[in-house]
Amino acid sequence: MNFDRITEKLEILADAAKYDVSCSSSGAKRNNQNKGLGNSTGMGICHSYTEDGRCVSLLKILLTNHCIYDCAYCVTRKSNDIKRAAFTVQEVVDLTINFYRRNYIEGLFLSSGIFKDADFTMERLVLVAKKLRLEENFNGYIHLKSIPGASDELMKEAGLYADRLSINLELPTEKGLKLLAPDKNREDMIKPMNYVKNEIIVFKEEKKLFRNTPKFAPAGQSTQLIIGATQENDLEIIQTADSFYKNYQLKRVYYSGYVPIADDARLPSLQSKVPMVRENRLYQADWLMRFYGFKADEILDPNLPFLDLDVDPKLSWALRNQHIFPIDIQKADFEMILRVPGIGVKSAWKIIEARRFSHLNENHLKKLGVALNRAKYFISYGLHFGNLKFLNSSNLKQFILGNTKSKYQDQYNAQLALF
Amino acid sequence: MNILLYDHTFEGFLTAVFEAYEFKLKQVKIVKEALQTEQLFAKITKVFTQAPKAERVYQKLKTLIGDLGLHRMLYTFLSEDEDLETHLWAVVQYALNNSKRNIIQDFSHPSVLKLSQYEQMVHREKHRMEAFVRFRLTLDDIYYAEIEPDFNVLPVIAKHFKDRYQDQKWMIFDQKRTYGIYYDLHKVELVEMKFANHLNKQEGLEMLVKDEKLYQHLWQTYFKKTTIQARKNSRLHIQHVPKRYWKYLTEKFPV
Repeated sequence: MNFDRITEKLEILADAAKYDVSCSSSGAKRNNQNKGLGNSTGMGICHSYTEDGRCVSLLKILLTNHCIYDCAYCVTRKSNDIKRAAFTVQEVVDLTINFYRRNYIEGLFLSSGIFKDADFTMERLVLVAKKLRLEENFNGYIHLKSIPGASDELMKEAGLYADRLSINLELPTEKGLKLLAPDKNREDMIKPMNYVKNEIIVFKEEKKLFRNTPKFAPAGQSTQLIIGATQENDLEIIQTADSFYKNYQLKRVYYSGYVPIADDARLPSLQSKVPMVRENRLYQADWLMRFYGFKADEILDPNLPFLDLDVDPKLSWALRNQHIFPIDIQKADFEMILRVPGIGVKSAWKIIEARRFSHLNENHLKKLGVALNRAKYFISYGLHFGNLKFLNSSNLKQFILGNTKSKYQDQYNAQLALF
Repeated sequence: MNILLYDHTFEGFLTAVFEAYEFKLKQVKIVKEALQTEQLFAKITKVFTQAPKAERVYQKLKTLIGDLGLHRMLYTFLSEDEDLETHLWAVVQYALNNSKRNIIQDFSHPSVLKLSQYEQMVHREKHRMEAFVRFRLTLDDIYYAEIEPDFNVLPVIAKHFKDRYQDQKWMIFDQKRTYGIYYDLHKVELVEMKFANHLNKQEGLEMLVKDEKLYQHLWQTYFKKTTIQARKNSRLHIQHVPKRYWKYLTEKFPV
């Protein structure tokens, strides 16, 4: 192996892949049976964290950054004057295996610029996965990017070797896509996504009849939306995410605050800040839909289509629905306890368990890990109504904010001024 | 007060529990023998670990608090915390006094809650070690790693690495507790040894295969390039990768 050349390629192709947020390695079980390499238990592992605090779980690279498309938001766009490089299939296989053996990574996330055409590119991605599985007996995690417009045959093969397949919608609306990526169309993205969704359903059916049906993309599909490159509001973004969760049974939708990379009149200027707080609030809203039983249309009021930046979406919902509270912690259903600001899924379970044994008080909740600084205004303990006198006041929000300090405090002013 | 000294093993602790009940002792405190201090007005007894007694306590506890409870007790034990015996003893008594129902999820009891917190702490460290172990390939064809975990997690990470790396020899050595686990392609064994000159960053270089440095360099390159500078957030970074672990993390070696 020519290490100098590989190092240079790695510099270019890891750098170009870093804007893909997903680094999840969970959700796929692969047992190491006959003295092979690797074992996936279904639990992801972050082997390290980048200096911007993101999980490093997979070797995330592009096969090549040569690309025939010219999408305005993308660093590898055709018209951008940058160094280009391409790995060979074998080079990616060697890197993955050697990193994995040293316990650096959980597996590979392989994406690519589109060279020649969709199938030509997809074929090479599939070849890497196939080699890893069949020649190296590799049971680690493989995430492949589905190339828009790839044929069903190739997607079928991809699903047999990969754990996850993803295709990035990038822009939350078709209007945005037309503006920034005129040579792409949503149809081409949705076709492979739809095919994979149906194949996963077929697999699940067959699995019921034949135990050893070969796995098909066991960790499902995901997608990514760029936030803040175009004018979409949060309501549109949440609705898009919700419809993709429902219609294509996606495992995850990732939100990626737009990092300014190009001087283009269609895009925010190079000086603009990455909308990190907004991105964070969107993830919180996403969590509310996936784990807290909230419906998309509960999270935002259509008249105010942006998420509050100064309070989290659950608190914001509670403030809009003060009439539902207080909730009796001793008697309320699990679903209602989950809706109390400051109570997460784990502490909600602990409350359910603990209240079978004793009458809970504020002290108990604190020890169970509840964020009382928010929760205390919304709950009662049977006969005790500690802080509830504030609940009906119109300035409850100011009151809560006055008693808590957010790590994002310094960013509010700067960001709020934009709207 | 009755102080029972035991030999720092889980079996030893269970034997102490057995004897506390056997001799109907009042006001019991179970203490590691190395941590013994002079006590006025206390009767100090040294407990000799006996497997049959430990086994009986183990089986009894299994019927009272189930596998989850025992798992929690074992993890508590691995935390090496100086108060752990107090909480374990309190939970054992609470379980025996309420034999009609399983009390292990009664988080309103302070020691039951404490055990679940110990479990969480140790589990987090176990997970961290599964992530932060960095192997280096030595000339003996062994993938070798050193760690210094906060808690004694080697016994509980062995399975993870055995399942994962079946076709390579590997060893993970706990520098703090000076023992390791070694996999020889068939089974995992405990190894105790003193390294006169262990594989340190510089001095051990001659024992590594030729390509090892190059792969380390590739990994460092990757780590650097996958960071988005515009989003840099050192506080978050350090929260996820606390500095005490950097010593053994290849990507954090000074270049």
